[in-house]
Amino acid sequence: MTFWQSPAVKVGLSISLATGLYGISFGALSVAAGLSFWQTMALSLLMFSGGSQYAFVGVLAGGGSGVAALSAAALLGIRNGVYAMQLNALLQPRAGKKVLMAQVTIDESTATSTGQTDPAERRRGFWVAGVGIFILWNIFTAVGALAGNALGDPKQWGLDGAAVAAFLGLLWPRVKARQPAAIAVLCAVVTVLVVPFVPPGVPILVAAVVAGAIGWFRNGHETDGLEPDLDPYPAGGQA
Amino acid sequence: MWWWILAASAAVFATKLLGYLVPASWMKHPRMERVAGTLTIGLLASLTMINTVASGTAVTLDARIGALLAAGVALWFKAPFLVVVVVGAAAAALLRLAGMP
Repeated sequence: MTFWQSPAVKVGLSISLATGLYGISFGALSVAAGLSFWQTMALSLLMFSGGSQYAFVGVLAGGGSGVAALSAAALLGIRNGVYAMQLNALLQPRAGKKVLMAQVTIDESTATSTGQTDPAERRRGFWVAGVGIFILWNIFTAVGALAGNALGDPKQWGLDGAAVAAFLGLLWPRVKARQPAAIAVLCAVVTVLVVPFVPPGVPILVAAVVAGAIGWFRNGHETDGLEPDLDPYPAGGQA
Repeated sequence: MWWWILAASAAVFATKLLGYLVPASWMKHPRMERVAGTLTIGLLASLTMINTVASGTAVTLDARIGALLAAGVALWFKAPFLVVVVVGAAAAALLRLAGMP
C-alpha cells in the first residue's frame, strides 16, 4: 500500500479541503470585526484552532475587550488539551515531536486519527489532516481577509449574519443528544439575560461558568461537547 | 490588540502542549473531560446568541435573527459548514435590503 492509497490519507485530504475552505469565512469575519490583515493571519498561523479564533473575533465584533476575547478563546481551547491527552496515549510520540504535534492538534486531526484502528494509519491520519488543514486554512484565511477588506460595509453583505451562522454551525454537531441541547439552551438564555447588566464579552464568560458547573456536578457522557466539527467517517459514507 | 492576539495564541498553544506533557495516568479523568465538553457547548451557545441579539450592552432584534433561523434550517437539512455560513449572510443581507435594521 502506497502513501496515497492509505484510507487515513484520503480521509485526511478530503477533510483538509472541506475545513480549509471555511478559512474564507474566518478571514472575512476577522477583518469585519476590525482586525488588520496581518492580525487575522497571526490568529490563523499561531492560534490555529477554528473555534477559538471565531470566539476571539466574535467577542471583539460584539464590542468586547481584549481580555474578554482572550478568555473566550482560551476556554474554547481547553477541548484541544483533552484531544492532546488522547493522542499522546494513542500515538506515543517522542518528546521532540510533541511541540509540532501540539500546533496541529485540533478537532479534525484528532477525529481523523482516532477513527483509524491501525497505529501507522492513526499517525498518517493525524499528520495529513493536521498539516493539510494548517496549510489550506491559512491560504483561505488570507483570501477571506483580502475579500472582506474589499467589501466595504460588512453589514450590507450580511457578514454579521455569517458570524451567527458560523457559531450555530460549530455548536450544531455537539448538541445531537437531549442533555447537551438543554445545556446549550440554558446558556443561550443566561447570555441574553445578562447582556444588559455587564460589559460586552462578559456574558460569554458567565455562560462558561454555568456550563462548566453543570459539567462538574452532573453525571453524563464525558464525551458530550467533545465531538469534532466534522465527522470524517460518516456511517457507510464514501470515506 | 497585537498583545492580546499573541497572548491568546500562546494560551491556546500551551493548552495543547500541556495535554501532551501530562502523564498518561491522568488521562482518564472523566470529570475533566465532562467540563471540557460542557464548556465548549456553553461557550458556542453563548457566542451564537451574543452575535445574534447583542449590540454592545443592548439586546436588539434585527436582521441577524433571520440569519440564525436560516442557518438553523440549512443545518437541519445537513448543509456543509460553508453553505450554512453563506446562507446566514444572505438572509441578513436580504432582510436589510428589505428594510429591516
